[in-house]
Formats: sequence, C-alpha cells, structure tokens
Amino acid sequence: MSKTDWPLWEVFIRPRRGLAHTHAGSLHAPDAEMALRNARDLYTRRQEGVSIWVVPAAGITASSPDEKDSFFEPAADKVYRHPTFYDVPEGVAHL
Amino acid sequence: MSKADLHHGDDALIAAQRLAEWTSRAPELEEDVALANIALDLLGQARMFLSRAGDEDQLAYLRTDREFTNVQLVELPNGDFGHTILRLLFFSVYQQQLFASMRGDEIADKAAKEVAYHVDHARMWTLRLGDGTEESHGRMQRALDELWPFTHELFEGNDLRAGWLSVVEPILAEATLTRPEDGWAPTGGRSGVHTQHLSYLLAEMQVLHRAHPGARW
Amino acid sequence: MYGNDFTTEPPEQPGARSLLDQVADAERDLQDAARSDRAGQAGDDYFMSVINADQKIEPRDWMPDKYRKNLIRQIAQHAHSEIIGMQPEGNWISRAPSLKRKAILLAKVQDEAGHGLYLYAAAETLGIDRAELSDMLIDGRQKYSSIFNYPTLTWADVGAIGWLVDGAAIVNQVPLCRASYGPYARAMIRVCKEESFHQRQGYEILYTLAHGTPEQKAMAQDAVDRWWYPSLAMFGPPDGDSTHSEQSMLWKIKRFSNDELRQRFVDMCVGQAEILGLDLPDPGLRWNEEKQQHDYTQPDYDELFRVIKGNGPCNRDRIAHRRAAHEGGQWVRDAAEAYAKKKTGVAAA
Repeated sequence: MSKTDWPLWEVFIRPRRGLAHTHAGSLHAPDAEMALRNARDLYTRRQEGVSIWVVPAAGITASSPDEKDSFFEPAADKVYRHPTFYDVPEGVAHL
Repeated sequence: MSKADLHHGDDALIAAQRLAEWTSRAPELEEDVALANIALDLLGQARMFLSRAGDEDQLAYLRTDREFTNVQLVELPNGDFGHTILRLLFFSVYQQQLFASMRGDEIADKAAKEVAYHVDHARMWTLRLGDGTEESHGRMQRALDELWPFTHELFEGNDLRAGWLSVVEPILAEATLTRPEDGWAPTGGRSGVHTQHLSYLLAEMQVLHRAHPGARW
Repeated sequence: MYGNDFTTEPPEQPGARSLLDQVADAERDLQDAARSDRAGQAGDDYFMSVINADQKIEPRDWMPDKYRKNLIRQIAQHAHSEIIGMQPEGNWISRAPSLKRKAILLAKVQDEAGHGLYLYAAAETLGIDRAELSDMLIDGRQKYSSIFNYPTLTWADVGAIGWLVDGAAIVNQVPLCRASYGPYARAMIRVCKEESFHQRQGYEILYTLAHGTPEQKAMAQDAVDRWWYPSLAMFGPPDGDSTHSEQSMLWKIKRFSNDELRQRFVDMCVGQAEILGLDLPDPGLRWNEEKQQHDYTQPDYDELFRVIKGNGPCNRDRIAHRRAAHEGGQWVRDAAEAYAKKKTGVAAA
C-alpha cells in the first residue's frame, strides 16, 4: 500500500472570547489551509470554539518529562511571584 | 405555493442526497466529516424552503420525478471526487449569488453563511486537484468538460450568470483548468423534465416512506 | 442545522441520566488528578505509583512497552469500530423515511467519523501513524467490534443499533473516561458526551415505530430480536476466557470485567424495553431478588468467535468498502500533497 501520508497537525481551540486557546487534538491535512478547515469541521461541530490554531506537529518542541524537575521545580520556591505572598495592611483597597 | 421556494428546496434536497452518498467513502476521514457537514447544511436549507412551500415530507417523498423542479446539474451521479467537487463549486457559487440577490429573506440570509463555507471548500479542492498531479489535472479537466453544459440551466429566469462567471472563471484559471466553450445547454429540470438519473435517485430515497402510507416516523 | 431537531425530550430512558453523570464525574476527577501531578520519572515503580494514585500517564512519560502496545491495540480497535460502524447505519441515510430522520442519521454517522478521528489522534500520541493503523485494519491485522458485521435489513435496525449497540458501547466506554492514559481518557470523555444523543435517537426511532402501525411495530420487534444477542456479545467473552483482561485492569485501561459490564447493560435494558413496549428475546430473562439483578441467557460465544475470525454475514463487505474508499482516494491524497509541495516551494523561492 502506498505510504504517501498527509502530515499531522495539532489543533488549538479558543472556546470563548476571553479564554486562551487550548489543545483539542490532532488531525491530518495536506497543508495549513486545509488543516484549518478540517479542524473547524472536526473539532467545532457543536460550536465549541470561536478561534482555531493549527500547528504542524513536527514544529513543536516539547520539554521532556525527565527534565520536569529542572524545568518546573525551581519555580516552586519562588513564592514571591504569587500575590498571596504579601501581607496587605488592613483597609488597603484596589491592590 | 411559491415556485421559487420549490426550486430552491428541490435543488438543495437533491444536492444533499447526492453528497450524502459519499458518507464513509471519502478520500480521507477528515473529508468524510467535511462533506457530511455540507450535506447537512444543504439538507437543512431544503427543509426550510420545502416547509415554506408546503409539507416537507410530502414534497420530498410523494412526488414523482416529473414533479421535481431541481436543475439537472444536481441530480447527475457523483462521479469521482473531482467531479463531485466541481459540481459543488458550480452549485455553491450559484447559491451564493442567488442568496445575495435575496437579501432580507430569512432563509436566504441563514443559508448564505453556510454557502460561503461550501464555496471555500470547493475552491480549495478545485485548486489542489486542478494543479496537483498530472492524473488529478486530467480528471478535473474531464469533469469540467462534462459538467459545464449543465451549468447553463442554473441561470434560467435570473441574471446571475455574470456574477457567477466572475467568481468561477478565476478559480478555474488558478487551478490551471481550461474553461470549456459554451455550447450544448441541456434544460428542462425546472419544468420536471430530467435526466434518466433522477428517477432512480427518487426510487431509493422514497422507497421506505412510500411502502407505509400515512405512517409516522 | 442538526442541532435543532432533537430539542424535544425523547421519552425518559431509565439509566441514561446516570451514565452521563458518570462521564461528568470522570471529567471532574481528571481535572482533580491533574492538581497533584506525580508523573515525570522513569521506571516501573514510579509508573505504577502514578496509576495507583489514579493519575494520568501522558504521551512523553516513561511507560512499559507492553502498556504502550496494549493501549495502541485497544484504542485502534476502538477507532476502527467507529469508522467501520459508519457503514451499517450509513446504509439507511439515502432511504431514511423523513427528512428530519435523514438529517439526524447523517449527523450521527458523521459523528462516528469524528470519534474515529479523536481516537486515532489519541493512538498517534503513542508513536504510531494513522496510515499504519489504517493499513492494519484493511489487511485484517487489527480488529473492530464484531457487531458491525451484521447487516442492517430494515429501518428499525437503525433504531436498534442506536438503542442497543450504542447503549452497550456507552456502558463499555463510560468507565474508559477514567482510563489511566490521559489522551485516551480525554478522547473518551468527548466521545461519550457526544454519543448520548446517539442512543436517544435510536430509542426514539424504536419508540415511534413501536407506537405506530402494526407493520412498524413488527419491524421494531424483529430488529430487537436480531440485535439483542449480538449486543450482549459486544462485551466480549466471559471473564474466564478473556485474554487481555487482568493486566489491563491493573493498568487501569480497563476498569470493569466483561461480565460485570454485560450485567449492567442487561439490567439497564429491561426497564427501557418495557417502556418501548417491545420484548427482549430471552425466555430466561427474570429478576433475581437475591442477587438484585437479572438472570439472563448468555449470547452464543461460538458465533462471536466465528464472526471475529471473519465469518460473519458482512465481514468481507465491510473491509472491501473501507479498502475501496482508501484506495479510491489515493489520487486525491497524492494531488493534495503534490500541490502543497509546489506551493511551499514557490513560497520558499
């Protein structure tokens, strides 16, 4: 059987205005234009989105789970990045 | 009963019936989903127009081919995928022009949004198949030569052809396809004179409904 | 368009509500599990500790080779079933007896293509190509649910498939919304949510037929008679004979045994059949007060194995149909690829 195969695209959908695009799944398409249309047909059959991104799967560089600790744990002790770290004197508004 | 509603409803119904034949047979699964979407839109349009003309099921299931008023273009067998796509291009661009000319009509306004997408889909594929491989180009040119004569009937009693050509011709050119000369222009659909194909299509579509007169489904 | 036709509530189906609630629960738990993430290290101990804590394995996590293979097989079979499952029902789109039914059925069969695609996408995260899976389906190296090797002879079969076959599928699938592999669980949640309408449309078709003319009622009963036992067989062989079960349960890619799920299905259907006014074709079916469940006659497992081996009424047709679509579309796929190459070439120059 012939092995010509359309490339894989990852699909990201913005469900509503005000929300970020979220990964919805993937699909195959010959090019970006078709990928976008296929994504619309496949992932928004029930009006699940207002905006779509398609990205060639081959174009994504992912962090490896093995590097997870070095990637993400250092942030765990930087509590000063989170607003709840700070004591706010009573009575201060709009901060 | 409005004749125009019947024409638009019949066109959309028969086009939907043909397109739905592709279900589970498309060249790729993603395309299966896309063609079904378009067929569903067309079926929805048919139901709205026919319901405005009368009872949708009576009109769809209990008329003979001599009473159907669709253009012959939509009743022709699907042929290969390229054939189906070109027919979709011709028909959707026609619908686009038609619904634009009916602005303010509730059904036309709703359908216009759907049809814009159909045109886009048909255009995408026409470009890819026309300007793809030697084989796909050959298939598209043959389909074009076969279908072109049937496009004339779309413009009986309206003045939409100039607008239609202004959309279709550049797409064909970009797809490296040669637009055929105008010549033979089969006609008769609007007055119930069809190709031999329609009677078979209806026999299949109506068989169950007619076997149980008066039943509810 | 297809969103408008089923806003009217079909007759209440005992059991259906709780299944959807279970999907919602699984989705909530999936989000909860994500909050206490433990994944990220190699090794079987760690892998099992993630699974035992009911957390999700994600695509790039370390996983035992057998887990990966088992999952690929299971997800692919499931995807294939959706795709082959388009055929028996698709068989009635052109002849649906009203335009409303035609629209609903077309939307349903389209959903199945969509579900197949969600599942293929989940399988592909395990490092296998869809093209390869598609080849394995066509040349028989991978299976699909045997139920789709039975023919749809009348319109009532479309109803019976919706009620019984989709019903059985949902009972099977709802627990999979909690499968340990993240992409699979997420795909299943999506599939189950969308499928709730499938079962209802089937039930509604049968309900309408059962309350229609005598011919229609007979058509409905005949369909239930033919689909009942094959639907029971969908849960697979009895627990003692099932080959993949134990390990899969341990890995949480299967969460209940075949017999447990089958029992759950039978108990659900009895009340639903009563409301339809149709009989389930099992003279041995009765309530067992002591066990608080129904006794019922097992399906013919020899028949199931014959069908699995390729000798059901429609095995050959189903595969030939799939192969024809795939091979017939080759020139289209080639053309699109050639065009994409041409255009990116121009853009780069």
